[in-house]
Amino acid sequence: MIKVENLRKSFGTNVAVNDVSFEVAPGEVLGFLGPNGAGKSTTMRIITGFIGADAGRASVCGFDIAEQPIEAKRRIGYLPEAAPSYGEMSVASFLGWVADMRGLVGDARRKAIAQAVDACSLGSVLQQDIDTLSKGFRHRTCLAQAILHDPDVLILDEPTDGLDPNQKHEVRQLIRRMSERKTIIFSTHILEEVEEACTRAIIIDGGHIVANGTPDELKARSDRAGAVLLTLGGGDAPGLGAAIAALPGVGRVETVEQSGEQTQVRAYAGGAERGSALAARLAAALAGGRWPLLAITAEEGRLDDVFRAITHSDVVRMEGAGS
Amino acid sequence: MSAGAAPVRAIARRELAQYFGSPVAYVFLVIFLLLAGIFTFTFGAFFERGEASLIAFFTWVPWLLLFLVPAAGMRIWAEERRSGTWELLLTMPVTVWQAVLGKFVASWGFLGLALLLTFPFWITVNWLGQPDNGVIVSAYIGSWLLGGAYLAVTCMTSSFTRNQVVAFILAVVLCLALILIGFTPITDLLARYLPIDVVDTIAGFGVLTHFDGLAKGVIALRAIVYFASLIVLPLFVTAAVIRNRGR
Repeated sequence: MIKVENLRKSFGTNVAVNDVSFEVAPGEVLGFLGPNGAGKSTTMRIITGFIGADAGRASVCGFDIAEQPIEAKRRIGYLPEAAPSYGEMSVASFLGWVADMRGLVGDARRKAIAQAVDACSLGSVLQQDIDTLSKGFRHRTCLAQAILHDPDVLILDEPTDGLDPNQKHEVRQLIRRMSERKTIIFSTHILEEVEEACTRAIIIDGGHIVANGTPDELKARSDRAGAVLLTLGGGDAPGLGAAIAALPGVGRVETVEQSGEQTQVRAYAGGAERGSALAARLAAALAGGRWPLLAITAEEGRLDDVFRAITHSDVVRMEGAGS
Repeated sequence: MSAGAAPVRAIARRELAQYFGSPVAYVFLVIFLLLAGIFTFTFGAFFERGEASLIAFFTWVPWLLLFLVPAAGMRIWAEERRSGTWELLLTMPVTVWQAVLGKFVASWGFLGLALLLTFPFWITVNWLGQPDNGVIVSAYIGSWLLGGAYLAVTCMTSSFTRNQVVAFILAVVLCLALILIGFTPITDLLARYLPIDVVDTIAGFGVLTHFDGLAKGVIALRAIVYFASLIVLPLFVTAAVIRNRGR
């Protein structure tokens, strides 16, 4: 398990991580989200002991990374951001070296290497130099290095970066398979990945944690969460919008798409009734009316809306500074 | 002890494998032996001396190693920094000191091998006459210690930067300074302006002063302590630099 308390780290005048605290329990998969430069990698580098924090503590399985670094590092498997490895070594000798560094000997060593090779599908390239491999294989070689000693804690910095969709899927499956017995943190830019593989997500921006919850909880923060999407026959959008807005329980109404004889509108909840309850009421109210109801859906909210609403990309910041 | 030595061994083995897995080792060995031969038999006037000793070879060792050791060692940390592999290495359960030591030991061992491969010189001189083999052993030990000192300095400069060329140049400059402060033409020059005690003290920090003794068969404790410090001190700086990464 991982415990992070009031972590702070700055490089020069740039504060990379500012008062970050969270805990991850065994069995949890924590998705670490945030725009580039938000402090994700820095936080992970502090937890794994690659760099020291200016203030605050990080501990892994009860071992403080600053005070008992060796004990803590024994329990961590780490995939750094660019998945570095010694390019002039073959996959087999690289993994052999990692096993030696992890203190594995004899049968345990052989078994650990075989399992990691198997889990990362590296069997076909064992004797090849890492330099000569494709990016996907190089990435998985480094991932194999991280899981080789069957660590209690896995810290993966963008584990699916640069992989093709099939490989991405495999890595997510691997993370899910391993999650039962381990504590896992992984960072990503891909929001579907969070919904697919994480039990919880943290969004970090400008060095601060701006959201922390299950993917469903985060989605509920989207303003679209609880809204109802209606598809109606008939082309008269302005009148249609006004008519729906006049129905009880409806707040704002927006036209999503209008094409010929069909209009799609989104009705935001105006009262306490949301989601499917609101959808049921609207369906009843519109039944037999002027516009035939073709489809109706209660919206869950979308993670990328939440992400955009609470984080600021570098581009936006630059534009803001320029104007 | 054994628990602490295992990662050092693993790191050292990997370093050695890296030397021999790339052309670096072979290029280094060939060039070292070639230059050693040329310097010994032409500029060193091995035959013209008419004496059964390897002094013609050992005179050139400090100058040969001055360029070859930094060339062999410049990548030791700079390459780890450039390729980001030190993030792997240093998040393994090893101390910084173990990593620094493992890398140094491997390269120093390689250097020892290079020196041993000059054995044809030793055979030649024993075939031609009756040299004092004790002196030769002492001179070999001196050469290895000197190479170790250069190598430790190179490790240090290599830890400063991710650029191997910068590491090489810095190492050559520092090692050259260590030679020159004890080099007779320089000390003679200094003696014109400074009291002789001061010049002697300065020369005492130079590698030549101590190496010459060992090359002549005088295994002085002072020389051993000198070279040991010159190995340990830069390695401590290296460890401190690596420990302060990311600040």
